[in-house]
Amino acid sequence: MTAPVLLFFVLAALSVVFSLAVVFQRNPVHSAMALVVTLFLVAILFLTLDAPMVGILQILVYAGAIMVLFLFVIMLLNPEALERRRALWWGLGSIAGLLLVFEFADFLSDIPRQAAQGAAVGEGFGGPEQLAQSLFHDFVLPFEVASVLLLVAIVGAVVLAKREG
Amino acid sequence: MIVELGIIAAKALLVLFMVLNLAGVMGWVERKGSALIQDRIGANRASVLGFAGLGLVNTLIADPIKFLTKEDFIPPSGDRLLHTLAPCLALFPALVTFAVIPFGDVLVVGGREINLQVANINVGILYIFAMASLSVYGIVIGAWASNNKFSLLGGVRGAAQMISYEIAMGLSVMGILMVYGTLELQQIVRSQGQLLWGWLPAWGVFLQPVALLLFSAAAVAETKRIPFDLPEGESEIVAGFHTEYSGGKFLMFFTGEFAEMVTSAGLIATLYFGGWQVPYLLRDGFHFPWGGTWLLPQLAVVLLQVGAFTLKVVFFCWLFVLLRWTLPRFRYDQVMRLGWKMLLPLALLNVMVTGVVIVALQGGR
Repeated sequence: MTAPVLLFFVLAALSVVFSLAVVFQRNPVHSAMALVVTLFLVAILFLTLDAPMVGILQILVYAGAIMVLFLFVIMLLNPEALERRRALWWGLGSIAGLLLVFEFADFLSDIPRQAAQGAAVGEGFGGPEQLAQSLFHDFVLPFEVASVLLLVAIVGAVVLAKREG
Repeated sequence: MIVELGIIAAKALLVLFMVLNLAGVMGWVERKGSALIQDRIGANRASVLGFAGLGLVNTLIADPIKFLTKEDFIPPSGDRLLHTLAPCLALFPALVTFAVIPFGDVLVVGGREINLQVANINVGILYIFAMASLSVYGIVIGAWASNNKFSLLGGVRGAAQMISYEIAMGLSVMGILMVYGTLELQQIVRSQGQLLWGWLPAWGVFLQPVALLLFSAAAVAETKRIPFDLPEGESEIVAGFHTEYSGGKFLMFFTGEFAEMVTSAGLIATLYFGGWQVPYLLRDGFHFPWGGTWLLPQLAVVLLQVGAFTLKVVFFCWLFVLLRWTLPRFRYDQVMRLGWKMLLPLALLNVMVTGVVIVALQGGR
Protein backbone atom coordinates (compact mmCIF):
# COMPACT_ATOMS: atom_id res chain seq x y z
CA MET A 1 0.00 0.00 0.00
CA THR A 2 1.51 3.34 -1.01
CA ALA A 3 1.67 6.36 1.26
CA PRO A 4 -1.13 8.37 -0.48
CA VAL A 5 -3.51 5.39 -0.29
CA LEU A 6 -2.69 4.86 3.37
CA LEU A 7 -3.24 8.56 4.01
CA PHE A 8 -6.58 8.37 2.21
CA PHE A 9 -7.78 5.49 4.37
CA VAL A 10 -6.70 7.20 7.58
CA LEU A 11 -8.45 10.45 6.60
CA ALA A 12 -11.54 8.65 5.32
CA ALA A 13 -11.85 6.54 8.48
CA LEU A 14 -11.44 9.59 10.70
CA SER A 15 -14.01 11.60 8.75
CA VAL A 16 -16.51 8.74 9.04
CA VAL A 17 -15.92 8.58 12.80
CA PHE A 18 -16.43 12.32 13.20
CA SER A 19 -19.50 12.37 10.91
CA LEU A 20 -21.04 9.70 13.13
CA ALA A 21 -20.15 11.85 16.12
CA VAL A 22 -22.09 14.74 14.53
CA VAL A 23 -25.22 12.60 14.56
CA PHE A 24 -24.80 10.73 17.84
CA GLN A 25 -23.53 13.47 20.14
CA ARG A 26 -26.25 14.62 22.55
CA ASN A 27 -24.73 18.06 23.00
CA PRO A 28 -25.36 20.35 19.98
CA VAL A 29 -22.06 22.23 20.47
CA HIS A 30 -20.14 18.93 20.45
CA SER A 31 -21.98 17.95 17.26
CA ALA A 32 -21.09 21.25 15.62
CA MET A 33 -17.42 20.88 16.56
CA ALA A 34 -17.40 17.31 15.21
CA LEU A 35 -18.80 18.71 11.94
CA VAL A 36 -15.99 21.28 11.85
CA VAL A 37 -13.42 18.48 12.24
CA THR A 38 -15.15 16.49 9.48
CA LEU A 39 -15.03 19.46 7.11
CA PHE A 40 -11.36 19.97 7.97
CA LEU A 41 -10.58 16.31 7.18
CA VAL A 42 -12.45 16.50 3.88
CA ALA A 43 -10.42 19.62 3.06
CA ILE A 44 -7.21 17.65 3.62
CA LEU A 45 -8.62 14.93 1.31
CA PHE A 46 -9.02 17.61 -1.38
CA LEU A 47 -5.41 18.66 -0.81
CA THR A 48 -4.20 15.09 -1.38
CA LEU A 49 -6.27 15.02 -4.62
CA ASP A 50 -4.30 17.92 -6.19
CA ALA A 51 -7.12 20.39 -5.54
CA PRO A 52 -5.66 22.82 -2.98
CA MET A 53 -8.03 25.60 -4.03
CA VAL A 54 -11.15 23.56 -3.28
CA GLY A 55 -9.63 22.30 -0.04
CA ILE A 56 -8.75 25.77 1.21
CA LEU A 57 -12.16 27.14 0.16
CA GLN A 58 -13.80 24.29 2.07
CA ILE A 59 -12.05 25.45 5.26
CA LEU A 60 -12.52 29.15 4.54
CA VAL A 61 -16.22 29.01 3.69
CA TYR A 62 -17.63 26.03 5.57
CA ALA A 63 -15.39 25.50 8.60
CA GLY A 64 -14.49 29.15 9.02
CA ALA A 65 -17.71 31.03 8.26
CA ILE A 66 -20.83 28.87 8.05
CA MET A 67 -20.03 26.70 11.06
CA VAL A 68 -19.22 29.77 13.14
CA LEU A 69 -22.71 31.05 12.39
CA PHE A 70 -24.13 27.64 13.34
CA LEU A 71 -22.30 27.83 16.67
CA PHE A 72 -23.44 31.41 17.12
CA VAL A 73 -27.08 30.39 16.72
CA ILE A 74 -26.68 27.29 18.93
CA MET A 75 -25.09 29.39 21.67
CA LEU A 76 -27.84 31.99 21.51
CA LEU A 77 -30.78 29.57 21.40
CA ASN A 78 -29.40 26.72 23.53
CA PRO A 79 -31.73 24.18 21.89
CA GLU A 80 -32.67 21.45 24.35
CA ALA A 81 -36.36 21.28 23.41
CA LEU A 82 -35.55 19.07 20.43
CA GLU A 83 -34.51 16.27 22.75
CA ARG A 84 -38.08 15.17 23.46
CA ARG A 85 -39.28 14.11 20.02
CA ARG A 86 -36.45 11.69 19.39
CA ALA A 87 -38.53 8.97 17.72
CA LEU A 88 -39.81 11.41 15.14
CA TRP A 89 -36.27 12.60 14.31
CA TRP A 90 -35.03 9.02 14.03
CA GLY A 91 -37.79 8.29 11.51
CA LEU A 92 -37.29 11.41 9.44
CA GLY A 93 -33.50 10.98 9.52
CA SER A 94 -33.68 7.37 8.38
CA ILE A 95 -35.96 8.28 5.46
CA ALA A 96 -33.65 11.12 4.40
CA GLY A 97 -30.64 8.81 4.66
CA LEU A 98 -32.29 6.11 2.53
CA LEU A 99 -33.24 8.68 -0.12
CA LEU A 100 -29.61 9.82 -0.22
CA VAL A 101 -28.40 6.24 -0.71
CA PHE A 102 -30.83 5.75 -3.65
CA GLU A 103 -29.70 9.07 -5.09
CA PHE A 104 -26.06 8.00 -4.94
CA ALA A 105 -26.65 4.38 -6.01
CA ASP A 106 -25.81 4.98 -9.68
CA PHE A 107 -22.75 6.98 -8.85
CA LEU A 108 -21.47 4.45 -6.31
CA SER A 109 -21.92 1.47 -8.61
CA ASP A 110 -19.95 3.32 -11.27
CA ILE A 111 -16.87 3.76 -9.07
CA PRO A 112 -15.10 0.46 -9.92
CA ARG A 113 -15.32 1.22 -13.67
CA GLN A 114 -14.01 4.76 -13.20
CA ALA A 115 -11.22 3.60 -10.91
CA ALA A 116 -10.11 1.05 -13.51
CA GLN A 117 -10.09 3.76 -16.17
CA GLY A 118 -8.09 6.21 -14.14
CA ALA A 119 -8.27 9.92 -14.77
CA ALA A 120 -5.43 12.15 -15.85
CA VAL A 121 -5.16 15.47 -14.05
CA GLY A 122 -4.78 18.32 -16.51
CA GLU A 123 -2.40 21.25 -16.29
CA GLY A 124 -3.45 23.75 -13.60
CA PHE A 125 -6.19 21.40 -12.39
CA GLY A 126 -8.17 22.82 -9.47
CA GLY A 127 -6.12 25.99 -9.48
CA PRO A 128 -7.52 29.50 -9.13
CA GLU A 129 -7.31 30.14 -12.89
CA GLN A 130 -9.49 27.18 -13.81
CA LEU A 131 -12.00 27.96 -11.10
CA ALA A 132 -12.20 31.57 -12.25
CA GLN A 133 -12.53 30.43 -15.87
CA SER A 134 -15.59 28.32 -15.12
CA LEU A 135 -17.19 30.73 -12.61
CA PHE A 136 -16.64 34.02 -14.40
CA HIS A 137 -16.57 32.92 -18.03
CA ASP A 138 -18.23 29.59 -18.81
CA PHE A 139 -21.01 29.79 -16.23
CA VAL A 140 -21.11 33.51 -15.52
CA LEU A 141 -24.91 33.83 -15.90
CA PRO A 142 -25.87 31.05 -13.45
CA PHE A 143 -23.22 32.39 -11.07
CA GLU A 144 -24.68 35.89 -11.13
CA VAL A 145 -28.23 34.56 -10.84
CA ALA A 146 -27.18 32.63 -7.74
CA SER A 147 -25.73 35.78 -6.21
CA VAL A 148 -28.97 37.67 -6.90
CA LEU A 149 -30.82 34.83 -5.20
CA LEU A 150 -28.61 35.25 -2.12
CA LEU A 151 -29.22 38.99 -2.18
CA VAL A 152 -32.97 38.38 -2.24
CA ALA A 153 -32.59 36.05 0.76
CA ILE A 154 -30.62 38.68 2.68
CA VAL A 155 -33.15 41.42 1.93
CA GLY A 156 -35.95 39.07 2.95
CA ALA A 157 -34.23 38.23 6.24
CA VAL A 158 -33.72 41.92 7.03
CA VAL A 159 -37.36 42.73 6.24
CA LEU A 160 -38.61 39.88 8.47
CA ALA A 161 -36.30 40.90 11.33
CA LYS A 162 -37.41 44.53 11.12
CA ARG A 163 -41.08 43.56 11.20
CA GLU A 164 -40.59 41.50 14.38
CA GLY A 165 -38.88 44.38 16.16
CA MET B 1 14.85 12.73 -0.22
CA ILE B 2 16.21 12.72 3.34
CA VAL B 3 18.02 16.01 2.73
CA GLU B 4 14.85 17.59 1.34
CA LEU B 5 12.79 16.47 4.32
CA GLY B 6 15.51 17.79 6.61
CA ILE B 7 15.45 21.18 4.90
CA ILE B 8 11.66 21.41 5.18
CA ALA B 9 11.78 20.43 8.86
CA ALA B 10 14.55 22.97 9.51
CA LYS B 11 12.57 25.75 7.81
CA ALA B 12 9.39 24.85 9.71
CA LEU B 13 11.22 24.81 13.05
CA LEU B 14 13.00 28.07 12.26
CA VAL B 15 9.74 29.89 11.52
CA LEU B 16 7.95 28.34 14.50
CA PHE B 17 10.75 29.38 16.86
CA MET B 18 10.84 32.84 15.35
CA VAL B 19 7.11 33.36 15.85
CA LEU B 20 7.10 31.90 19.36
CA ASN B 21 10.18 33.82 20.47
CA LEU B 22 8.92 37.05 18.98
CA ALA B 23 5.59 36.44 20.72
CA GLY B 24 7.42 35.98 24.02
CA VAL B 25 9.51 39.09 23.52
CA MET B 26 6.31 40.97 22.66
CA GLY B 27 5.13 40.21 26.20
CA TRP B 28 8.16 42.11 27.47
CA VAL B 29 7.73 44.92 24.93
CA GLU B 30 4.08 45.26 25.87
CA ARG B 31 4.81 45.70 29.57
CA LYS B 32 7.96 47.79 29.37
CA GLY B 33 6.69 49.68 26.31
CA SER B 34 3.41 50.58 27.99
CA ALA B 35 5.41 51.79 30.99
CA LEU B 36 7.53 53.93 28.68
CA ILE B 37 4.42 55.38 27.02
CA GLN B 38 2.68 56.09 30.32
CA ASP B 39 5.80 57.36 32.08
CA ARG B 40 5.93 54.47 34.57
CA ILE B 41 8.82 52.18 35.51
CA GLY B 42 7.12 48.92 34.57
CA ALA B 43 8.00 45.33 35.46
CA ASN B 44 11.14 45.40 37.61
CA ARG B 45 10.39 43.23 40.66
CA ALA B 46 11.83 39.83 39.77
CA SER B 47 15.57 39.47 39.50
CA VAL B 48 18.16 36.69 39.47
CA LEU B 49 21.15 37.47 41.74
CA GLY B 50 20.24 41.14 41.61
CA PHE B 51 19.96 41.17 37.80
CA ALA B 52 16.56 42.39 36.55
CA GLY B 53 17.63 43.01 32.93
CA LEU B 54 15.17 45.81 32.23
CA GLY B 55 12.29 43.58 33.28
CA LEU B 56 13.32 40.71 31.01
CA VAL B 57 13.73 38.39 34.01
CA ASN B 58 10.27 39.41 35.17
CA THR B 59 8.40 38.94 31.90
CA LEU B 60 10.32 36.10 30.27
CA ILE B 61 11.17 33.92 33.30
CA ALA B 62 9.06 34.81 36.33
CA ASP B 63 5.74 35.33 34.52
CA PRO B 64 5.71 32.01 32.62
CA ILE B 65 6.75 30.10 35.78
CA LYS B 66 3.95 31.80 37.69
CA PHE B 67 1.41 30.95 34.98
CA LEU B 68 2.51 27.33 34.68
CA THR B 69 2.47 26.66 38.43
CA LYS B 70 -0.95 28.21 39.06
CA GLU B 71 -4.04 26.08 39.59
CA ASP B 72 -5.70 25.15 36.31
CA PHE B 73 -9.32 25.91 37.16
CA ILE B 74 -12.18 24.39 35.18
CA PRO B 75 -15.67 25.63 36.14
CA PRO B 76 -17.61 22.70 37.69
CA SER B 77 -20.63 23.28 35.44
CA GLY B 78 -18.48 23.91 32.39
CA ASP B 79 -17.54 21.53 29.61
CA ARG B 80 -14.22 19.88 30.60
CA LEU B 81 -13.27 18.68 27.10
CA LEU B 82 -14.03 21.89 25.21
CA HIS B 83 -12.66 24.09 28.00
CA THR B 84 -9.30 22.34 27.54
CA LEU B 85 -9.51 22.29 23.75
CA ALA B 86 -10.27 26.01 23.33
CA PRO B 87 -6.80 27.43 24.13
CA CYS B 88 -5.28 24.97 21.63
CA LEU B 89 -7.78 26.14 19.01
CA ALA B 90 -6.76 29.73 19.76
CA LEU B 91 -3.03 29.04 19.46
CA PHE B 92 -3.03 26.67 16.47
CA PRO B 93 -4.11 29.06 13.64
CA ALA B 94 -1.77 31.79 14.87
CA LEU B 95 1.20 29.44 14.67
CA VAL B 96 0.50 27.77 11.32
CA THR B 97 -0.37 30.91 9.35
CA PHE B 98 3.27 31.96 9.12
CA ALA B 99 4.00 28.83 7.04
CA VAL B 100 3.19 30.57 3.75
CA ILE B 101 4.87 33.90 4.52
CA PRO B 102 8.26 34.06 2.76
CA PHE B 103 11.11 35.34 4.93
CA GLY B 104 13.74 35.51 2.21
CA ASP B 105 14.44 34.88 -1.47
CA VAL B 106 16.25 31.76 -2.69
CA LEU B 107 19.29 30.52 -0.78
CA VAL B 108 21.74 28.55 -2.93
CA VAL B 109 23.80 26.03 -0.96
CA GLY B 110 26.00 23.58 -2.85
CA GLY B 111 23.97 23.89 -6.05
CA ARG B 112 20.71 23.31 -4.19
CA GLU B 113 18.17 26.12 -4.33
CA ILE B 114 16.28 26.56 -1.07
CA ASN B 115 13.14 28.66 -1.23
CA LEU B 116 13.04 30.60 2.06
CA GLN B 117 9.38 29.92 2.77
CA VAL B 118 8.01 26.90 4.63
CA ALA B 119 5.20 26.01 2.21
CA ASN B 120 4.90 27.48 -1.26
CA ILE B 121 1.27 26.76 -2.20
CA ASN B 122 -0.37 28.46 -5.16
CA VAL B 123 -3.29 29.71 -3.07
CA GLY B 124 -1.16 31.20 -0.26
CA ILE B 125 -3.38 34.16 0.54
CA LEU B 126 -6.51 32.02 0.71
CA TYR B 127 -4.67 29.70 3.11
CA ILE B 128 -4.00 32.67 5.37
CA PHE B 129 -7.66 33.67 5.38
CA ALA B 130 -8.74 30.08 5.95
CA MET B 131 -6.52 29.84 9.04
CA ALA B 132 -7.59 33.28 10.24
CA SER B 133 -11.22 32.25 9.97
CA LEU B 134 -10.49 29.23 12.20
CA SER B 135 -9.16 31.42 15.00
CA VAL B 136 -12.73 32.34 15.95
CA TYR B 137 -13.27 28.88 17.42
CA GLY B 138 -10.82 29.34 20.28
CA ILE B 139 -12.87 32.27 21.55
CA VAL B 140 -16.35 30.95 20.86
CA ILE B 141 -15.68 27.48 22.25
CA GLY B 142 -13.75 28.78 25.24
CA ALA B 143 -16.55 31.18 26.03
CA TRP B 144 -19.27 28.55 25.75
CA ALA B 145 -17.39 25.86 27.66
CA SER B 146 -16.86 28.20 30.63
CA ASN B 147 -20.62 28.32 31.28
CA ASN B 148 -20.36 31.88 32.48
CA LYS B 149 -22.55 34.73 31.25
CA PHE B 150 -19.66 37.19 30.95
CA SER B 151 -17.70 34.62 28.96
CA LEU B 152 -20.64 33.90 26.69
CA LEU B 153 -21.17 37.60 25.99
CA GLY B 154 -17.50 37.93 25.15
CA GLY B 155 -17.65 34.90 22.88
CA VAL B 156 -20.71 36.16 20.99
CA ARG B 157 -19.11 39.57 20.58
CA GLY B 158 -15.87 37.95 19.41
CA ALA B 159 -17.61 35.80 16.80
CA ALA B 160 -19.56 38.78 15.40
CA GLN B 161 -16.53 41.06 15.36
CA MET B 162 -14.12 38.61 13.78
CA ILE B 163 -16.53 37.54 11.04
CA SER B 164 -17.32 41.18 10.24
CA TYR B 165 -13.69 42.24 9.92
CA GLU B 166 -12.65 39.13 8.00
CA ILE B 167 -14.78 40.34 5.12
CA ALA B 168 -13.22 43.80 5.06
CA MET B 169 -9.78 42.22 5.41
CA GLY B 170 -10.32 39.84 2.50
CA LEU B 171 -11.68 42.54 0.23
CA SER B 172 -8.84 44.94 1.04
CA VAL B 173 -6.29 42.35 -0.09
CA MET B 174 -8.20 41.90 -3.36
CA GLY B 175 -6.53 45.04 -4.74
CA ILE B 176 -3.07 43.58 -4.10
CA LEU B 177 -4.06 40.38 -5.90
CA MET B 178 -5.29 42.40 -8.89
CA VAL B 179 -2.15 44.53 -9.05
CA TYR B 180 0.34 41.65 -8.81
CA GLY B 181 -1.90 39.06 -10.48
CA THR B 182 -1.13 36.09 -8.21
CA LEU B 183 -2.19 34.38 -4.99
CA GLU B 184 1.33 33.16 -4.21
CA LEU B 185 2.99 35.23 -1.52
CA GLN B 186 6.56 34.59 -2.74
CA GLN B 187 5.47 35.79 -6.19
CA ILE B 188 3.84 38.90 -4.71
CA VAL B 189 7.05 39.76 -2.88
CA ARG B 190 9.15 39.20 -6.02
CA SER B 191 6.86 41.53 -8.00
CA GLN B 192 7.44 44.22 -5.38
CA GLY B 193 11.12 44.25 -6.34
CA GLN B 194 10.32 46.05 -9.61
CA LEU B 195 10.87 49.77 -9.84
CA LEU B 196 8.27 52.37 -10.80
CA TRP B 197 9.60 55.15 -13.04
CA GLY B 198 13.02 53.65 -12.52
CA TRP B 199 13.45 54.59 -8.87
CA LEU B 200 10.40 53.87 -6.65
CA PRO B 201 10.12 50.24 -5.42
CA ALA B 202 6.71 48.84 -6.48
CA TRP B 203 5.70 48.11 -2.90
CA GLY B 204 2.06 47.63 -2.02
CA VAL B 205 2.06 50.74 0.12
CA PHE B 206 2.64 52.89 -2.99
CA LEU B 207 0.25 51.01 -5.27
CA GLN B 208 -2.52 50.31 -2.73
CA PRO B 209 -2.31 52.95 0.03
CA VAL B 210 -6.02 52.83 0.87
CA ALA B 211 -5.96 49.04 1.08
CA LEU B 212 -3.03 49.26 3.52
CA LEU B 213 -5.07 51.39 5.93
CA LEU B 214 -8.14 49.14 5.61
CA PHE B 215 -6.06 45.99 6.02
CA SER B 216 -4.21 47.31 9.08
CA ALA B 217 -7.44 48.37 10.78
CA ALA B 218 -9.01 44.97 10.08
CA ALA B 219 -5.84 43.19 11.23
CA VAL B 220 -5.88 44.97 14.59
CA ALA B 221 -9.56 44.07 14.94
CA GLU B 222 -8.73 40.42 14.19
CA THR B 223 -6.14 40.34 16.95
CA LYS B 224 -8.84 41.59 19.36
CA ARG B 225 -6.58 44.23 20.86
CA ILE B 226 -7.50 47.72 22.00
CA PRO B 227 -9.19 49.66 20.37
CA PHE B 228 -11.07 46.51 19.29
CA ASP B 229 -10.93 44.53 22.56
CA LEU B 230 -14.70 44.09 22.85
CA PRO B 231 -14.54 40.28 23.27
CA GLU B 232 -12.50 40.94 26.43
CA GLY B 233 -14.12 44.22 27.47
CA GLU B 234 -12.43 44.47 30.88
CA SER B 235 -14.60 47.36 32.05
CA GLU B 236 -17.93 45.70 31.14
CA ILE B 237 -17.61 41.92 31.09
CA VAL B 238 -14.69 41.15 33.45
CA ALA B 239 -12.33 39.48 30.96
CA GLY B 240 -14.81 38.29 28.33
CA PHE B 241 -14.16 34.92 26.76
CA HIS B 242 -11.22 34.04 29.05
CA THR B 243 -12.81 35.06 32.36
CA GLU B 244 -12.74 31.43 33.55
CA TYR B 245 -9.21 30.66 32.39
CA SER B 246 -6.16 30.48 34.62
CA GLY B 247 -2.64 29.11 34.61
CA GLY B 248 -1.22 27.48 31.52
CA LYS B 249 -4.42 27.73 29.48
CA PHE B 250 -4.59 31.47 30.03
CA LEU B 251 -0.94 31.65 28.99
CA MET B 252 -1.90 29.90 25.74
CA PHE B 253 -4.61 32.49 24.98
CA PHE B 254 -2.09 35.18 25.83
CA THR B 255 0.62 33.70 23.58
CA GLY B 256 -1.98 33.18 20.86
CA GLU B 257 -2.77 36.89 20.87
CA PHE B 258 0.91 37.83 20.55
CA ALA B 259 1.50 35.20 17.87
CA GLU B 260 -1.46 36.64 15.94
CA MET B 261 0.14 40.05 16.24
CA VAL B 262 3.42 38.74 14.86
CA THR B 263 1.57 37.06 11.99
CA SER B 264 -0.41 40.22 11.19
CA ALA B 265 2.81 42.23 11.22
CA GLY B 266 4.37 39.67 8.89
CA LEU B 267 1.39 39.94 6.55
CA ILE B 268 1.45 43.73 6.44
CA ALA B 269 5.19 43.65 5.76
CA THR B 270 4.76 40.99 3.05
CA LEU B 271 1.78 42.46 1.23
CA TYR B 272 2.44 46.19 1.52
CA PHE B 273 6.09 46.75 2.42
CA GLY B 274 7.94 44.43 0.09
CA GLY B 275 8.43 41.47 2.44
CA TRP B 276 12.13 40.59 2.34
CA GLN B 277 12.86 43.17 -0.38
CA VAL B 278 15.54 45.73 0.34
CA PRO B 279 15.25 48.67 -2.11
CA TYR B 280 17.59 48.23 -5.11
CA LEU B 281 19.00 44.94 -3.77
CA LEU B 282 18.97 42.28 -6.48
CA ARG B 283 20.30 38.73 -6.23
CA ASP B 284 23.90 39.76 -6.89
CA GLY B 285 24.03 43.02 -4.93
CA PHE B 286 22.82 46.61 -4.98
CA HIS B 287 21.97 48.28 -8.30
CA PHE B 288 21.24 51.91 -7.56
CA PRO B 289 19.03 53.86 -9.97
CA TRP B 290 21.57 56.69 -10.02
CA GLY B 291 24.14 54.40 -11.57
CA GLY B 292 26.30 52.76 -8.93
CA THR B 293 26.44 49.03 -8.30
CA TRP B 294 27.72 47.28 -5.21
CA LEU B 295 28.10 43.56 -5.73
CA LEU B 296 27.69 41.32 -2.69
CA PRO B 297 28.19 37.58 -2.10
CA GLN B 298 25.00 35.53 -2.19
CA LEU B 299 25.00 34.76 1.53
CA ALA B 300 25.26 38.46 2.42
CA VAL B 301 22.29 39.22 0.14
CA VAL B 302 20.18 36.53 1.79
CA LEU B 303 21.16 37.71 5.27
CA LEU B 304 20.25 41.30 4.34
CA GLN B 305 16.87 40.13 3.04
CA VAL B 306 16.03 38.04 6.09
CA GLY B 307 17.25 40.87 8.31
CA ALA B 308 15.08 43.41 6.46
CA PHE B 309 12.02 41.20 6.78
CA THR B 310 12.62 40.68 10.50
CA LEU B 311 13.08 44.42 11.03
CA LYS B 312 9.83 45.18 9.21
CA VAL B 313 7.95 42.59 11.30
CA VAL B 314 9.40 43.95 14.56
CA PHE B 315 8.50 47.50 13.50
CA PHE B 316 4.84 46.63 12.91
CA CYS B 317 4.68 44.66 16.16
CA TRP B 318 5.88 47.80 17.94
CA LEU B 319 3.28 49.83 16.05
CA PHE B 320 0.55 47.50 17.38
CA VAL B 321 1.80 48.03 20.94
CA LEU B 322 1.91 51.77 20.37
CA LEU B 323 -1.68 51.73 19.04
CA ARG B 324 -2.92 49.75 21.99
CA TRP B 325 -1.49 52.10 24.61
CA THR B 326 -2.42 55.29 22.76
CA LEU B 327 -5.97 54.87 21.53
CA PRO B 328 -9.17 54.74 23.61
CA ARG B 329 -11.52 51.79 23.17
CA PHE B 330 -14.45 51.71 20.78
CA ARG B 331 -17.97 51.07 21.95
CA TYR B 332 -19.52 47.87 20.56
CA ASP B 333 -21.88 49.60 18.11
CA GLN B 334 -19.00 51.76 16.91
CA VAL B 335 -16.95 48.65 16.15
CA MET B 336 -19.80 47.20 14.10
CA ARG B 337 -20.46 50.50 12.31
CA LEU B 338 -16.78 50.92 11.43
CA GLY B 339 -16.59 47.38 10.07
CA TRP B 340 -19.77 47.24 8.02
CA LYS B 341 -20.47 50.85 7.07
CA MET B 342 -16.96 52.22 6.55
CA LEU B 343 -14.31 49.56 5.98
CA LEU B 344 -16.48 47.27 3.82
CA PRO B 345 -17.75 49.94 1.34
CA LEU B 346 -14.28 51.52 1.16
CA ALA B 347 -12.72 48.12 0.43
CA LEU B 348 -15.30 47.51 -2.34
CA LEU B 349 -14.63 50.96 -3.77
CA ASN B 350 -10.89 50.26 -3.68
CA VAL B 351 -11.41 47.04 -5.67
CA MET B 352 -13.50 48.91 -8.25
CA VAL B 353 -11.05 51.80 -8.65
CA THR B 354 -8.12 49.37 -8.89
CA GLY B 355 -9.96 47.44 -11.60
CA VAL B 356 -10.72 50.60 -13.58
CA VAL B 357 -7.11 51.80 -13.34
CA ILE B 358 -5.72 48.42 -14.39
CA VAL B 359 -8.03 48.24 -17.41
CA ALA B 360 -7.18 51.84 -18.34
CA LEU B 361 -3.43 51.17 -18.13
CA GLN B 362 -3.81 48.09 -20.32
CA GLY B 363 -5.56 50.23 -22.93
CA GLY B 364 -9.02 48.68 -22.53
CA ARG B 365 -7.97 45.28 -23.80
